[in-house]
Amino acid sequence: MNSEPLLLATPSGDALNLRPEGPWTAANVATLETLSRSVGADVDQSRAVTLDMSGVSALDTLGAWVLEKLSRRAASAGRSAELVGVADHFSGLMDEVRQVNRHTPAPAAAPNPILLWLNDLGKSTIGAREDIAVFLQMLGALFTAVIGVLRRPRSLRLTSLVYQLYRIGWQAIPIIVLITFLIGAIIAQQGFFHFRRFGAESYTVDMVGILVLRELGVLIVAIMVAGRSGSAYTAELGSMKMREEIDALSTMGLDPVHVLILPRVAALVIALPILAFIGSIAALYGGGLVAQFYGDMGPGIYIARLHEAISVTHFEVGILKAPFMALVIGIVACSEGLRVKGSAESLGRQTTTSVVKSIFLVIVLDGLFAIFFASIGM
Amino acid sequence: MEGTQEEFAIRVRDLVVGFGRQTVLDHLSLDVRRGEILGLVGASGGGKSVLMRTIIGLIPRQGGTIEVMGQPIGGRTLGAATTWGILFQQGALFSSLTVRQNVQFPLRENLVLSQELMDEIAIAKLEMVGLRPQDADKYPAELSGGMTKRVALARALALDPPILFLDEPTSGLDPIAAGDFDALIRTLQKTLGLTVFMVTHDLASLTTVCDRVAALADGKIVAIGPMRELLQSEHPWVRAYFHGKRSQMLQHQMR
Repeated sequence: MNSEPLLLATPSGDALNLRPEGPWTAANVATLETLSRSVGADVDQSRAVTLDMSGVSALDTLGAWVLEKLSRRAASAGRSAELVGVADHFSGLMDEVRQVNRHTPAPAAAPNPILLWLNDLGKSTIGAREDIAVFLQMLGALFTAVIGVLRRPRSLRLTSLVYQLYRIGWQAIPIIVLITFLIGAIIAQQGFFHFRRFGAESYTVDMVGILVLRELGVLIVAIMVAGRSGSAYTAELGSMKMREEIDALSTMGLDPVHVLILPRVAALVIALPILAFIGSIAALYGGGLVAQFYGDMGPGIYIARLHEAISVTHFEVGILKAPFMALVIGIVACSEGLRVKGSAESLGRQTTTSVVKSIFLVIVLDGLFAIFFASIGM
Repeated sequence: MEGTQEEFAIRVRDLVVGFGRQTVLDHLSLDVRRGEILGLVGASGGGKSVLMRTIIGLIPRQGGTIEVMGQPIGGRTLGAATTWGILFQQGALFSSLTVRQNVQFPLRENLVLSQELMDEIAIAKLEMVGLRPQDADKYPAELSGGMTKRVALARALALDPPILFLDEPTSGLDPIAAGDFDALIRTLQKTLGLTVFMVTHDLASLTTVCDRVAALADGKIVAIGPMRELLQSEHPWVRAYFHGKRSQMLQHQMR
């Protein structure tokens, strides 16, 4: 058996005799392509082409197609091509290959890039409107579910709520404490380092206290929760949607918003203020440690300065924002989860969208709250 | 073709596979002849899929030998795509690739060839399994169940492997689509000279396309032979399988 495929071309007058030999299989595809290209010009010039296949030792679809392509090329423009010497066990394959690639649809014309860009822009504009609609629908559905629970308190899914609280609240404490502790320490270190130059080191405590309680504590925790729990919500609901679990719930007369989404969002709304509080304390503690070891300020002085610098108002401003941020994270995460379509790729895309969107909205919301509190003088 | 070729495509000897303390396949032996369509039946959870996945190397075995095309299979096999094509039960199409890219994937990974030829081969395969070229740019999520199976079959056949493994190819298809699929497998098996190993519960496909049927019970092959012989088998499980109410009805209609 030949190990290399060959293609012998013997011209006779304006006729051409092609004799493929050896294994015409996918394993030798590079050789096959070169061979068929090398006889291309000869084939185009000949009036009649005979393809003698008696020398072919092995044939698969790929080899058969390359031969079929040659014979089609030879048969084009009113010339003739003949296939001879086809072994019995190859004839079925050759017949099969003769049927294919007959009606190749014309490839779609390459679209104008500017039009394409405009098209995308228009689509995302309309998409943004749809996003707002989806957000409001989810808010409304949640509100209806809350009313339902208020009218019949026993319909609240308590087990689910407690489980979600455990998952997104209790289990999140270690990582949130660690990160806010580090953030508090870093802010304090920067404060001491820069304020020292003009002798205002003691104001570091004011900065740490106000920054952490008003803004950073809740913001960092909200972003962490959006990344940690929001993504989990989206992925969970998304895979439930993919496996038709949500449809199954609906057909049993249960409202998915009531059963799945309300406990999740409620758990977030309850847990986020608590986590924000714990996070703020951890940050203040981190600041205190830095004050002692880096700023030469003992714990007593640190606490006394803190006492002077901050008031309950600062704490209230921070913690009041937490439930609203939780609501935004929960609604975005759940509605993105429900928008997952059939494929694994869509699950990944929706989860990314959920995290990006909820972090963005949390920061926008924080800005709006800053304006609001400034204008009411808090 | 050549006289030197061996008679058996797959030889399994004394295969033992288990998970934890549970033994699923217990000293199982099975021969699949070259160029035949072998149907494998067995109880749900009885180890049919385990046997198939062990042969293709997805599940480690605890004992025994497996030879495929005369080559012993040990642990991971390289270049497996040229030895066999596998049609998974759910199709297992790559959801981020189009139908055309799915079919081209084995070609792209295993061979060096021009994009033009790759496109033509992909369309050729799709047409051979009865799909239209227009379907080539769809994504797997847009396909119906029957189409998914056909695309998966086209992908399994992309490299013209000598052996084709089918895991419940007709499950979830309506009888017409299942019948078409059976006929398709039969045609392709004839044209391409394939050896087909088919796990199935579909009595109709067992009767119409399988050359031989093997029955797996208690971790062993308890009966093997043409459908006619299996119907005569005295093994209690095989009797229960083929002479239950559902099976009886089907067989009466076929007579």
